[in-house]
This record gives sequence, C-alpha cells and structure tokens, in this order.
Amino acid sequence: MNRPKLPQPARPGIWAVLTGFAVWLLAAMAGLLLGPISLPVGDTVRALADAIPGVTVDHSLTATQTSILYEIRAPRVVMGSLVGAILAVGGAAYQGVFRNPLADPYLLGVAAGAGLGATVGFGIGANSGLVTLLAFLGALGAVIVTYLLGRSVGNRTATALILAGVAVSAFATALQTYLLQRNVETLRSVYTWVFGRLTTVGWGEVGRLFPYAVVAIGLIYVQRRALDVLSVGDEEAEGLGLNVKRVRLLVVLAATLATAAAVSVSGLIGFVGIIVPHTVRLMTSWSYRVIVPLSILFGAGFLVAADLIARTVAAPSELPIGIVTAFLGAPFFLVVMRSVGRQT
Amino acid sequence: MRRMYLLFALLLAVSACTAATTDTTLVTTTPETTVDEPSSTTEALTSFPITISTPSGDVEIKAMPEAIISLSPSATENLFAVGAGDQVIAVDDQSSYPEESPVTDLSGFTPNLEAILAFEPDLVVITFDPGGIVDGLNAVDVPVLLLPSAAAISDAYVEIETLGAATGHLGEATAVVESMQTEIDAIVDEVGSQVEGTTIYHEIDNTFYSLSSHSYVGEFYGLLGLVNIADEADPDGFGYPQLAVEYIVDANPDVILLADAGFGESLETLQQRPGWNSMTAVSSGAVIEVDADLSSRWTPRSLIFFRDVAESIAAMVAAG
Repeated sequence: MNRPKLPQPARPGIWAVLTGFAVWLLAAMAGLLLGPISLPVGDTVRALADAIPGVTVDHSLTATQTSILYEIRAPRVVMGSLVGAILAVGGAAYQGVFRNPLADPYLLGVAAGAGLGATVGFGIGANSGLVTLLAFLGALGAVIVTYLLGRSVGNRTATALILAGVAVSAFATALQTYLLQRNVETLRSVYTWVFGRLTTVGWGEVGRLFPYAVVAIGLIYVQRRALDVLSVGDEEAEGLGLNVKRVRLLVVLAATLATAAAVSVSGLIGFVGIIVPHTVRLMTSWSYRVIVPLSILFGAGFLVAADLIARTVAAPSELPIGIVTAFLGAPFFLVVMRSVGRQT
Repeated sequence: MRRMYLLFALLLAVSACTAATTDTTLVTTTPETTVDEPSSTTEALTSFPITISTPSGDVEIKAMPEAIISLSPSATENLFAVGAGDQVIAVDDQSSYPEESPVTDLSGFTPNLEAILAFEPDLVVITFDPGGIVDGLNAVDVPVLLLPSAAAISDAYVEIETLGAATGHLGEATAVVESMQTEIDAIVDEVGSQVEGTTIYHEIDNTFYSLSSHSYVGEFYGLLGLVNIADEADPDGFGYPQLAVEYIVDANPDVILLADAGFGESLETLQQRPGWNSMTAVSSGAVIEVDADLSSRWTPRSLIFFRDVAESIAAMVAAG
C-alpha cells in the first residue's frame, strides 16, 4: 500500500505569521484608538503604555476618557480577539475532522442550541449572566444530542453526524420560533442577541471566556498534525496509526465547548468560522499545520476589525457585529475564491 | 408591566415606518361636518354613518359601534378615557389598564383573524397590521382603525379624537385632549424653568435603546427644556436610536431615566457596568426608575409619568 501523502508545506511561512500578527496588532490598536468618541491619540498611546506593568508614563486623559479606554474599549478588543480566534480555529477544526469544507461549529447545532437557550433565558426574564449560562447549556445540549443521534445511525460516519446536526438545528430553531411566537415581547432582546453583541462586554466576561479559549485553542493546535492525517481518510489515517475516533471526539469537544462559551458571551457571530480558515487555506496551504495557527491570528484580527466597524460606522449608534461579519466577510471570501481560482 | 414595556419596544420599529403621518384633518362625518369644529357641534358629530380618516386611509363606520375590540394597550386606555369603555367587548393580552377592561388572550402581535371574528366585533382597533388583518376584517365588512403608535404628542391627541369620533364620544375626546394640553402646559410652567438645560439619558433596555425628541415622550422632555443625549444619535428622526456605550459614558448626562427598571436594571446594576462609575449621574445617584407602561403609552395616563419625572428631575437639580 502506498503511504498517503500529507499536505505540504507543514508549517506556516514566517512572513505569513508576521502578517497575521501585524493584522491583529493593527486592528487592536485601531480598536483602542478609534471609536464613537474620539480620544486624543498621543495621550491614548501614552495611557496604553502606562498600563503595561512596570512602565509609568504620564498622560492627560480625563477620568471619563480613561474609563472608556480601559473599561470599555480594551475588554472589547480582547474579547473580540478571543471570540474571533475561537470561531476561526473552531471552523478549521470542524472542517478537518469532518473533511467537509462547509463545516463549522454552528453545523452541529451550536448556534441553534445557544439561540434556544438564550430565548428561554429572555423569556423567563433572566439576567444576562443566566442568559449566558442557558445559551451555553443549550449549545452543549444540542451538540450532545447531535453526537448521540449521529452515533446511533448504522455506519457512524461523519455524514451521519452532520445530518444529525442539521436535524437538531432545525428542531431547536422550531422550538425557539414557537417560544418567540408565544412571548413576542422578548423578540427584540433575542434579535439583538442573535446578531451578536460585544456591546456590554467587560473584563468579567473576558475572564469567563479566557480559560475556554486557552484550553480549546491549545488542544486544537496540538492536534493540527492529526487533522492533516485525517484528511487522507479514516481508514488510511487508522493505517497511519492514528486513533481516529479519539482525535475526532477530542477536537469536536474542544471546538464545541469553546464555541458555545464564545457564543454565549457574544451572541451569534456568523461566517468567521468559514471565511477565515478558507481564506487562509486559499492563500497559503491546505495543511492544517498552517491553517490552524494562522486562523488564530487572522480570526482575532478579523473580528476586532469587524467590531471596530460595527461601533463606528453608525456612531453614536452601533451595528450588530454579526451583520458586519456577514456583510464584509461574504464578498471578501468570494473575491479571494475568484482570484485564487484564476491563478490555478 | 415588563410585558407592556416590551410591547412598546416592539412597536417602535413599526411606528418608525408610519411616524411621518400626522394628518390633522382626520375625521369627516357624513354629510359635511368636520372634527376641527369646536366641541359645541358635538351632537351633530355623533351621527352615524361616519367616515373616519386614518393614516392608512378612510374607514366607514355604519352605526355606533357596540362591540369594539382593541388590540393595542394605548387604544384600550384611550377608548376608556373618552367614555367608550362600555362598548369595548375584548382587548388584547397586553392591555393592562383600566382594570375593568375585558382582557382576553387575543394578541396584538400575532393576531388571529378567526379568534378576532369569534367575538363578532363591529369595530377593531389595532396599532399595526402584521399579517393582513385589515384586509381580512374588511373582507367580512368589519371596520378596522389602524392607528400607529404616536411619534409626537399631537399624534396622541389625533388618536384620542379619532377614537372619540368613531365611537360617538367626540365631545368627551375633545375634553380629554384639552385637559391633557392644560396639564402639559401646567407641568412645563411649574417645572420647566427649574430643569431647563439638564442633560438626560432615557434607557429603554440594557442594549442601550433610547428615545430621542422625535418620540412621544421625547417631545415632552424637549418641552421641559431637557437636553436629550439621544438626539445626536437620531439624525433621521427615527425616534428610538440605539446608543454606543462609550457615547453614553462620554456624554455624561446629568440624570439617567431607567424605563427598564422593571427588567431588573437599577442604580446598582449601572454601577456594575464597565466604565459607568465615571459618570456623575451614577456616582451621585441621579438615576430615576420610571414605570415602563406609563412611559411607553400615548394616553392621558402618561401625564402621571410626565409630572412625576419632571418633579423628580427638578428635585435632583435642586439637590445639586
């Protein structure tokens, strides 16, 4: 038997990493410096330097401006980075384990489950902390049901799992619509949530999401080579000594848990899990050893930039970030697809 | 109460579509009298059939309605205020005042044509028409008054007079409007000079939807001389802009009005929001919890809210 060939190159080029890092840094700096309220740039930069431990720089921001910078903008930028990285890496991971270019965490019912949980939360008049928890439980519950259903089908293939995800999503969405019809007054809260919001994010939420982000991204990063091995097919991968079931379960669990945590804090932000990994793939390599690390960087940068647009373009109002990601992301993705298609 | 507030919240979007229409010559009776005449001609106006002008077209009412259904909490209050309460046979599940209103499980949001017809109404009042309810009722010859939510104080007067004319109570309706005008003038006279120039932020929900001067309540704030921070965010006159959080913090309003107090928001929750402690209203406690129902309905009862809020703001200004 021929030994199947894994995608090459096996690691991202230094320039790609530097570009990804620069994009994120640029977006983060812009996110801190720009907003509906204009802060003096020089003082803001000095205030940011002052915030670095061990560094003391004088700045003349007022107390209000300092609050806006440290307590409103900074947690949003950090949260945007975490959520963007999670969604992008989660998307890449799902595409890898299911060998399905359209797979992302939403496919297994994460979005619909979280939406249902949040709707129940708004319906019973829960506070935002409880809504978050219910969204998280809804997402997790939907994925567990999807997994059990997918397993119970004869051949236990990736396709069966995805079909189960579609069914569970449809069911959860139907239930959510029913609840909305019964409690129309909660419609707008749910609507705001469904289109995503980083509006009220503070350091508390960042702290809650951080452990999930680190563990999940770390786990997927460690398994990036296994994702490459999986790309040659289950049997061949087993032939190469990979415990396919174990890897798949581990990666799906990590991606789902992190996505559920992200979604429960930020609402549903679509397209990131599809656009970012595919753009990286089209522009660099088909190897997950390249896609996974670059998706972390570009996902973080993309979402921070999208959030900046969301809160400045209609200032002093805000757009839901999910609308920005879809509005920018979809055409951008088409451009990348077409330009790469011409080259080959 | 929370349900009512949210009802209002949903109606915002609807009212925005129709807000521009404030047709003042709204009622024409057969044969030639108009509602703009002084109330001394009231008797002539109660004759039926009558043609009522609404923003969405003329509606002919053949006889004095005796079986009215209201699918709008504001319309319910206004019907009772003009003395047509006895003619109301059913109101929607969101209507909560007055207590004697015949509340049913009819919905104003997802109205069901058959459920409405089961009451055999001879007049239906709705605020918006989500699914061809007007066409459906017209098809079976039930007149429908589609009265959009008020985007200005004059819209409320128009609705009250329209309902008065449609139910044979135009005289009472005119009196109600006059007493509302008198009371608003009185509040502005008594309190306006004390609160003029005070900046305010009126919070509808914790995603920072607010209301600008292009709204029923916002217009009243303007009459008092209050400066509404939401105005800058509402260049198109939508009435209910959503504000960016750092804009609110930076605007640093003198007084914060919480219409989402029934939703669990309070001075304590504001203090926990990131960055909000730097606002003087939060650190000094210049936060007023307002009733979501009273502050969201364009009815005579809203004047209770108007007076309360004006006096509360005046008290805070006086306290420094």
